Amino acid sequence: MEHQGRNQEAVIEINKVSTRFGDHVVHSELDLEVRRGEIFALIGGSGSGKSTLLREMILLQRPDSGTIRVLGEDLQSLAEEEALALRERWGVMFQHGGLFGSLTVNENVGLPLREHTGLEDVLIGEIAAWKLAMTGLTLEAGAQYPSELSGGMMKRASLARAMALDPELLFLDEPTAGLDPDSAGGVDELVRKLRDLFGLTVVMITHDLDLLWQVADRVAVLAEGKVQGIGSMSELSRMEHPAIRKFFDGPRGRAPSKPK
Amino acid sequence: MSPVSVETAAVVQPTPHELGSRVEARYRASGERSAAPAAVLLPPALERLGRGAVDFYRQSIALLSFVGETACALAICIAHPARMRWRPILHNIRRSGFDALPIVGLLSFLIGIVVAYQSADQLRKYGANIFVADVVGLSMLREFAPLITAIIIAGRSGAAYAAQIGTMSVTEEIDAMRTLGIAPLEVLVLPKFLGLVIALPLLAVFADVLGVFGGMLMAQAHLGVGFGDFLERFVNAVSVTDYLIGIGKTPVFAAIIVVIGCFQGFRTKGGADSVGRQTTRSVVQAIVLVIVADALFSIAFSWLDI
Repeated sequence: MEHQGRNQEAVIEINKVSTRFGDHVVHSELDLEVRRGEIFALIGGSGSGKSTLLREMILLQRPDSGTIRVLGEDLQSLAEEEALALRERWGVMFQHGGLFGSLTVNENVGLPLREHTGLEDVLIGEIAAWKLAMTGLTLEAGAQYPSELSGGMMKRASLARAMALDPELLFLDEPTAGLDPDSAGGVDELVRKLRDLFGLTVVMITHDLDLLWQVADRVAVLAEGKVQGIGSMSELSRMEHPAIRKFFDGPRGRAPSKPK
Repeated sequence: MSPVSVETAAVVQPTPHELGSRVEARYRASGERSAAPAAVLLPPALERLGRGAVDFYRQSIALLSFVGETACALAICIAHPARMRWRPILHNIRRSGFDALPIVGLLSFLIGIVVAYQSADQLRKYGANIFVADVVGLSMLREFAPLITAIIIAGRSGAAYAAQIGTMSVTEEIDAMRTLGIAPLEVLVLPKFLGLVIALPLLAVFADVLGVFGGMLMAQAHLGVGFGDFLERFVNAVSVTDYLIGIGKTPVFAAIIVVIGCFQGFRTKGGADSVGRQTTRSVVQAIVLVIVADALFSIAFSWLDI
């Protein structure tokens, strides 16, 4: 499953990050590193701070202390223009899609291009249609409004928008949550295909064990404000920490599939 | 005070205001009830007052910073007109201005009738029927038309602003906007602001016309003052200054409505019920602040003698 030819360059470096909400400590001196070209998953129970960590990586929230470097830039010391330039280098797919309800799917996908490039409208329409096709959506779906789409189509449309500016880095928040197993399988496939095609680095939050076993290269388990374990799923399945064991020993957990 | 009442006080309190939970946590940590800090032993009414005050203070600070951010965004857009989004501005003028014409017209027409009717008896007593033009003209142009218009729009558009932005933050659209490098203030707040600052004065003019027309009808029916006489007296009684004072207040009302509506929308956290709560709050606060602003205008005008 190892992706061939990957180098070990770090795309995201998180160093001693601490975050608090009032008295509640979310992260205490958390360290994490994501390498170029890998599919990296963050898991952890609810309230373990994985969403907060993701929001900190995409400049929606600031940690109380520590540094986060994404694509070589220190997020704490960015000027506004630098932040804008950086945002164009990554794409984010939100859990509920985050598609704009007042725009059609096609316009949603074309929006980043319309905002940040001087391209002609016709060309933007073509690029948007191509991005939609890439994620498996038809032209008819592109003409619809997000509220008319099914959950699976919404996730695909959201992914197409995240890919609009050909990012190097893709953040996925629960890409398969709320999908039927068939659509979820489609998303698994899609994420891997996109990584292989474009050499993307993918960071995702997920609870989906199939996605973790089959797609993720490395998985980090967040608990008690720190990363408790990191590695491939089969490496994690041999670790003893209780927060990690939960994912394998619970009634819904899954043991590593034995090679024949 | 017995320990039992202390406990019920802690339980009855709606949970987690940050301050409250901190006090409770400290109280539990202290272990011994007799050693609980004095703050916990205060009667609930006082505690509520304190929490309310802290909430109010926090919200005021947040509102103030929102006003500042909006002002900065506006200044940037004025300095770089290319960043201005004209289509949404026109769209907003239509939605909160043009579409509101019927209701604003109807209500100010009715207010005009009511004002004329209420003053009719008094005026007739002194045989001063013709002064109905003064009463209707001054009260409509200076006070009622701008105020009624602002209150209707606060209920109609202010609620819509809060609901729209609130829903967008629940569905992660605001976050998506930020990650796409689009400033939510520029896209969501400024067009509404500029749209309403243009639309509300125009609506107030419309309300002036229909309000005075309503008064005129009532004056003819109840006091026997013909349209010709009414208008002749109206022109003498009401100066251009009075008219401009009424209209001049409306951009301020517009700013209040937009800022409060959008502010409460952005404060939406969590789910759909929060959208409803913030929407209600935005309407109540906008109406209160509009009336407060109107009162401040009256005080200022009385100092200035106009």
